Amino acid sequence: MNRYPMWKNILVAVMILIGFIYTIPNFFGESPAVQITPAKSTTKLDSALLGQVEAIFKKENIQYDGVYLDARGVKARFASTDTQIKAKDVLQAGLGSDYTVALNLLSRSPDWLRSLGAKPMYLGLDLRGGVHFLMQVDMKAALSKAAERFVGDFRSVLRKERISYVGVTREGDEVQVRFNSEAELIKARAIITKEYPNLTLTESTDGEEKILKASLSLVEQKHIQDFAIKQNIQTLHNRINELGVAEPIIQQQGIDRVVVQLPGVQDTAKAKEIIGRTATLEIRMVDEDKTDSLTMENALKGQAPMGDEVYKDREGRPILVKKNVVLTGDYITDAGPGVDSQSGRSTVNVTLDGRGARIFQQVTRENVGKRMAILLIEKGSTEVVTAPVINGEIGGGRVQITGMANTQEATDISLLLRAGALAAPMDIVEERTVGPSMGQENINRGMHSTLWGFLAIAVMMMIYYMAFGVVSVAALAINLLLLVAILSMLQATLTLPGLAAIALALGMAIDANVLINERIREELRNGNTPQASIHAGYDRAWDTILDSNVTTLIAGLALFMFGTGPIKGFAVVHVLGILTSMFSAVLVSRAFVNLIYGYRRKVSKLSIGQIFKA
Amino acid sequence: MELFRIKNDIPFMSYGRLTTAISLITFILAIVFLATRGLNFGVDFTGGTVMEVNYPQAANLENVRKAVDSIGLKEATVQNFGSSRDVLIRLPVKTGLSVSQLSEQVKTALVAADPKAEIRRVEAVGAQVGDELYENGGLALFFVSLGIVLYLWLRFEWRFAIAAIIANMHDVVIILGFFAFFQWEFNLTVLAAILAVLGYSVNESVVVFDRVRENFRKMRKASVVQVIDNAITRTMSRTIITHTMTQTMVGSMLLFGGEVLHNFALALTIGILFGIYSSVLVACPIAMWLGVNRANLIGDVEKKEGGKKVEVEVAEPHPSDFA
Repeated sequence: MNRYPMWKNILVAVMILIGFIYTIPNFFGESPAVQITPAKSTTKLDSALLGQVEAIFKKENIQYDGVYLDARGVKARFASTDTQIKAKDVLQAGLGSDYTVALNLLSRSPDWLRSLGAKPMYLGLDLRGGVHFLMQVDMKAALSKAAERFVGDFRSVLRKERISYVGVTREGDEVQVRFNSEAELIKARAIITKEYPNLTLTESTDGEEKILKASLSLVEQKHIQDFAIKQNIQTLHNRINELGVAEPIIQQQGIDRVVVQLPGVQDTAKAKEIIGRTATLEIRMVDEDKTDSLTMENALKGQAPMGDEVYKDREGRPILVKKNVVLTGDYITDAGPGVDSQSGRSTVNVTLDGRGARIFQQVTRENVGKRMAILLIEKGSTEVVTAPVINGEIGGGRVQITGMANTQEATDISLLLRAGALAAPMDIVEERTVGPSMGQENINRGMHSTLWGFLAIAVMMMIYYMAFGVVSVAALAINLLLLVAILSMLQATLTLPGLAAIALALGMAIDANVLINERIREELRNGNTPQASIHAGYDRAWDTILDSNVTTLIAGLALFMFGTGPIKGFAVVHVLGILTSMFSAVLVSRAFVNLIYGYRRKVSKLSIGQIFKA
Repeated sequence: MELFRIKNDIPFMSYGRLTTAISLITFILAIVFLATRGLNFGVDFTGGTVMEVNYPQAANLENVRKAVDSIGLKEATVQNFGSSRDVLIRLPVKTGLSVSQLSEQVKTALVAADPKAEIRRVEAVGAQVGDELYENGGLALFFVSLGIVLYLWLRFEWRFAIAAIIANMHDVVIILGFFAFFQWEFNLTVLAAILAVLGYSVNESVVVFDRVRENFRKMRKASVVQVIDNAITRTMSRTIITHTMTQTMVGSMLLFGGEVLHNFALALTIGILFGIYSSVLVACPIAMWLGVNRANLIGDVEKKEGGKKVEVEVAEPHPSDFA
């Protein structure tokens, strides 16, 4: 009656084994490491870098425990933090500014565990120290910027079509075009509807004037907002790369927020400065008249000719460009990689807004055969991204930049063009900083709470329920094991409230075993045989355990849905803890009880503490 | 070892009037405190900045205050917590200054005043984010309650569902009352604790209701009052043991959990203590007054489980059933 079929015993054994495997990495701890990632998205990441790193270590005589190449970069582990810091300096010097070298911690677990995908739990910022920012993207600004672009677009379209208008102005997110006659308005309306199908048009009159109002349709608004937040996230990625943070998290939250988490960063002032920085893109003409080597030499010494400035391109060659700015990145609405239909070579296709297109058309018409430089100005330093030759007049606002080495470069440059600047201003609306010592302290607090609570419960259970108490404690320990294993497997972020949830899950999970043990006692009290009592006890308790866990689960799910940050962490652990407790308290503890009592021929007494018979 | 040697059922239901009166009084008191004192919301909800600063020696609060005042933040509160070397600074939201700018200014001022100051934790929340968290908290509470009522309705009967949710909302209000009376800080983790308590103490009601339903099947001649009294008495041992265990864990958190988990553990403690009481001594009388009886409980079961009922009845007559 109290024997499990073989498959059930095996299931329990396998689950416990899996639990062990995925829990162990948490005990190996972490060793100091450095992480080398390309500073620019254009820099290649391959095994050559791995060799380079190893060569540098060999040359500088730095002892390392291991070097790996993964999707993000090269990682190297060291025995001590002293070597780690020395290695960082040596690498930064040896690799130059093309790579970012960041201090990191890597799990010390052996290779076979890593190959199984067994990693330690992913600690949240409150446990490892670092900064958390919640950034709010100013969508209103993004929309009015878009409307501002339409003002220019309308002007050029109306002019091109020779429709006379009184004026074009922006009122909030709305663009108003005033006409003297109804006929002009009707013509204009037809054109605008054709050119900009995503705008909602309404008409009104103001005295003598007829007014055409264009507002962004909901679809268009959503499109602009999506674009703005994606571009801002891309820009943040690029900027944070420079900070040298090992594992930054940059995620969209809701429709207009971005979460930025920088583990290990303590210099919040610098982090804020870099995140909040504005990068700009400029298009200027290359000064083709003065390319002799003497002028260049003087220019590099700081004596550029009047009205010119000297900058370096991506290969480090100096280029003399005019001070006069043709266009800024504000006029770019989109950029993407493409292929030139004639030559079949990779290109970057840039779309300019109406005003930008007009300026660009004029400049290209006047400068055929000359070079045009595209500059990225960031953190006070300017770089010439590319300087292509103008082949002919370019109208319509669609600019094809040729001269890309391959598709990869085309993709990277269009990314840079798009991501150089923020699409809309961002504000930090929430900041949470946790110092490194505080993180360790928080871990200790959570661990001590769980440990001492667990021990106290274990002692009480064993005194009160004897052998069944031991089984209950074993089940509880396995619950803890499985919970930690699942958290490690999912790599869910563990926060201090999450640690509290582990403790609470254990405190609540014991309920199932208490229910079972009390039921068994009751069955014994009623004069049933020991074996029948075990059977009935587990059977009857199951319904109650299920019911009571479902209600707890409902609370956990609601917390998950409405919680943010640390509360979400709490909810995840809470819900997982309930699920593992159902398994361990019922299935696992039954397996143990079966092993103890199920195979005995005659059981006259259960070790479940003294039972008072009524 | 066995702590509970109860020969006869304890007539809990005859104390119904008394227990309900006690509940009503604590409930009203809690409401009064909530209305007069209000909750001391943390920065999570109100927006503002909290900073935890550690000094190598006992902190000079006067100097810290001066440093904070020097940047024109008169509304700041500066106090010790934990030890004399740890200082907690609270700053309200300042218009025209983003939360991150504010925290940076304070940090600079503190380090200027004492270079050994170590900023251990900063939490800065903008007013708008705070409002949203407040709203989401309310929504979460609402959906948890709704979910629990629906589940109990499906699983038992609407009378039980209503009784359980009233009992548990009463717990929530009492926890809030405590926080209002003592002006403990109410932050996000406390909200999490309250929701966890809600789920947890409904457990308690479920265990008793389960027993009530089972008793209705087995104790065919007993009255409703006898059935409920028996159910509570039979589950009492489990109730006490379980809550002792959970409270042990929570107590451990209270002892070792530090500042961040302190109020969380506090809310759980109150929730557990009142949860035992209310889910048994409030939920059951309410269910009884709402008219729970054999017909409306077993009737449902008969429809669902068909012939199974008969089997249960015949199987094992319970000696205590006839006590």
